[in-house]
Amino acid sequence: MEGSVGYDNDLNLRATELRLGLPGTEPVSIVRSNKRSLQQVADDDCGVNGCKSDDQNETAPPPPKAQIVGWPPIRSYRKNNIQTKKNESEGGGIYVKVSMDGAPYLRKIDLKIYSGYPELLQAIENMLKFTIGEYSEREGYKGSDYAPTYEDKDGDWMLVGDVPWEMFITSCKRLRIMKGSEARGLGCGV
Amino acid sequence: MPRRLASSLSDEVLEHVFSFIQSDKDRNVVSAVCKSWYEIERWCRRKIFVGNCYAVSPKMVIRRFPQVRSIELKGKPHFADFNLVPDGWGGYVLPWITEMAGAYPWLDEIRLKRMVVTDESLELIAKSFKDFKVLVLASCEGFSTDGLAAIAASCKNLRELDLRESEVDDSSVHWLSHFPETYTSTVSLNISCLGSGEVSFSALERLVSRCPNLRSLKLNRAVPLDKTANILRLAPQLVEFSTCTYSAELRSDVFSNLAGAFSNCKELRSLSGFWDVVPDYLPAIYSVCSRLTSLNLSYATIQSPDLIKLVSHCPSLQRLLVLDYIEDSGLEALASNCKDLQELRVFPSDPFDAEPNASLTEQGLVAVSLGCPKLQSVLYFCRRMSNAALVTIAQNRPNLTRFRLCIIEPNTADYLTGEPFDVGFGAIVEHCKDLIRLSLSGLLTDCVFEYIGKYAKKLEMLSVAFAGDSDLGLHHVLSGCESLRKLEIRDCPFGDKALLTNAAKLETMRSLWMSSCSVSFEACKLLSQKMPRLNVEVIDERGPPDSRPENYTVDKLYIYRSVAGPRFDMPPFVWTKDEDLALRLSP
Repeated sequence: MEGSVGYDNDLNLRATELRLGLPGTEPVSIVRSNKRSLQQVADDDCGVNGCKSDDQNETAPPPPKAQIVGWPPIRSYRKNNIQTKKNESEGGGIYVKVSMDGAPYLRKIDLKIYSGYPELLQAIENMLKFTIGEYSEREGYKGSDYAPTYEDKDGDWMLVGDVPWEMFITSCKRLRIMKGSEARGLGCGV
Repeated sequence: MPRRLASSLSDEVLEHVFSFIQSDKDRNVVSAVCKSWYEIERWCRRKIFVGNCYAVSPKMVIRRFPQVRSIELKGKPHFADFNLVPDGWGGYVLPWITEMAGAYPWLDEIRLKRMVVTDESLELIAKSFKDFKVLVLASCEGFSTDGLAAIAASCKNLRELDLRESEVDDSSVHWLSHFPETYTSTVSLNISCLGSGEVSFSALERLVSRCPNLRSLKLNRAVPLDKTANILRLAPQLVEFSTCTYSAELRSDVFSNLAGAFSNCKELRSLSGFWDVVPDYLPAIYSVCSRLTSLNLSYATIQSPDLIKLVSHCPSLQRLLVLDYIEDSGLEALASNCKDLQELRVFPSDPFDAEPNASLTEQGLVAVSLGCPKLQSVLYFCRRMSNAALVTIAQNRPNLTRFRLCIIEPNTADYLTGEPFDVGFGAIVEHCKDLIRLSLSGLLTDCVFEYIGKYAKKLEMLSVAFAGDSDLGLHHVLSGCESLRKLEIRDCPFGDKALLTNAAKLETMRSLWMSSCSVSFEACKLLSQKMPRLNVEVIDERGPPDSRPENYTVDKLYIYRSVAGPRFDMPPFVWTKDEDLALRLSP
């Protein structure tokens, strides 16, 4: 039953720290979910050759949030119910979250029910009540303040529409409707 | 024989008068009037409530009250519900059953909460109490269907068997078939916690058909939908019913059978269950909705539009449990349709996701507080809140008695101002003068505790997590809350000073729980020495606290008043001041 409290040579402050997590485990810091923004990507050291999504420049996807024991205060039988639901639903459609800059909460859509980009974008426009501009391969989305982006399997943020539909729905993890200057930045001269 | 003071009333008359006094509090007051009243009262007390099974020993209870018929016992601390109490901590009912088996042959009611109940205990109950009528096991564990079979077989006059939220092991025994064919007395049966293998449907049908007094039936989710209609047709007199599992797609024959069965149930007032319910089936219950006073949809993953439709059929609703799928729009509909609403509980559908799953915000709760004048009890999980909303709620609903708010992410601030929620909760305690239960969440400083200490004079139970700045916070609560009985705290920077300064207060309370705070083992020992009628138990699975450096803070602390002294069933990870290291280290 030797605890994992480190007996350092100094004041052993770790022993008096407030800890979260099961006794006997190493202290885990609670990481607020770290949404990757394109700003972050832009800040990466691009080097002389420009930004590439290779190992050197790629920032790791946000670490999973550590779960606190007994929080939120929900009985086990309720938690089990939720987990069952999650497992069941994972079998069916391809559900991804849709966030929009400025909106307080997210939505979820099933990518499987759409046959292609136009349908998807129409649905998102209706759901979140805004308009996306006109897509062109060269210039991205023009004619609106918004650009639809998605996070792919590698953790990179991509512009919706660049890859074939089938490839898109299998690699898309979540969608984000970007607004304002960030959005415009994506459209021009990529 | 105690000398009787001049009294014009004989013992028999006094006893008769006392029989009209049911409340424990009043009975306790009566017994303190004088020695003869104490004597008369103790012989005629029939019901005992023990809020903490370790506060008194069974022998002491039996010695004082020799003719008890009904007992209620509670075991583990409330935070055991959230896995904060390790397995094996305690709360065993067997010692109580063993003593009562000999002393109370006429005991007919046992109600237990958060206790460890073994098959052996159940078998002992079955054979010791001849006229046993009521067994309620709420959030209990440690027994299997074998124990239930013993109860079913022996308790000929059993009226109530309620296993709410307990964990039952499946021993593959068809326990329900153990009720003899001559058995007809069931009034209430709650087996909703049982797993799929544990109920024989045909035995259930036979049981229901021969029990004309059956009023409350809560089945488990394994019973399929098409069987529900059969059950309802056998028991149209039901007042409370928990539905079973719904099939995947709507079948019109099943639907119309179900709708017909429900329409026969004129007495039905409470519905729950609804696991896996498909919205298309909901209209089957419309015929009973206008009379429903209680609805538990907290397992139903149906979305807001269907919830709104359902709720608009239920104008008499007094109690609603639901998931956050109801969203603000659903709560607004609730507020305008259900003017008799007294209790609302909204649970999170996806509590571990950082992002919200449904658009449920503080607005929903504000709407209900405005629209439902009788609202008294709230349990609300959400992801954002504002002080403005809390103040509005407090002003709208000064009649709140229970307010439990859980902002899911710890230390979340007011989303409008970035401030802590001191002012918001301060308004709650200031306006809601009859508040007896409060749970805090979100970003909070010592200020909120100052408000609570100042205003929450009727508060009996307070739950705190990730709040406060210093010992001052705890001190405010302990020194100010006159009616405080239960205090449970986790992950707050409260330590030795507040605890030792308010040592005497702890004896006026049932219990104090503190986990992941800043209390040292030294302080625990000191407190224990100062207050001999407190049991100060440190729960720490990391090893003997005595062998740690002096500034070491204990993992978990449970302090409770007791006239029974330290308990004898402490597991190795529970430490008190009387530490015999040699005993601990031996296996």
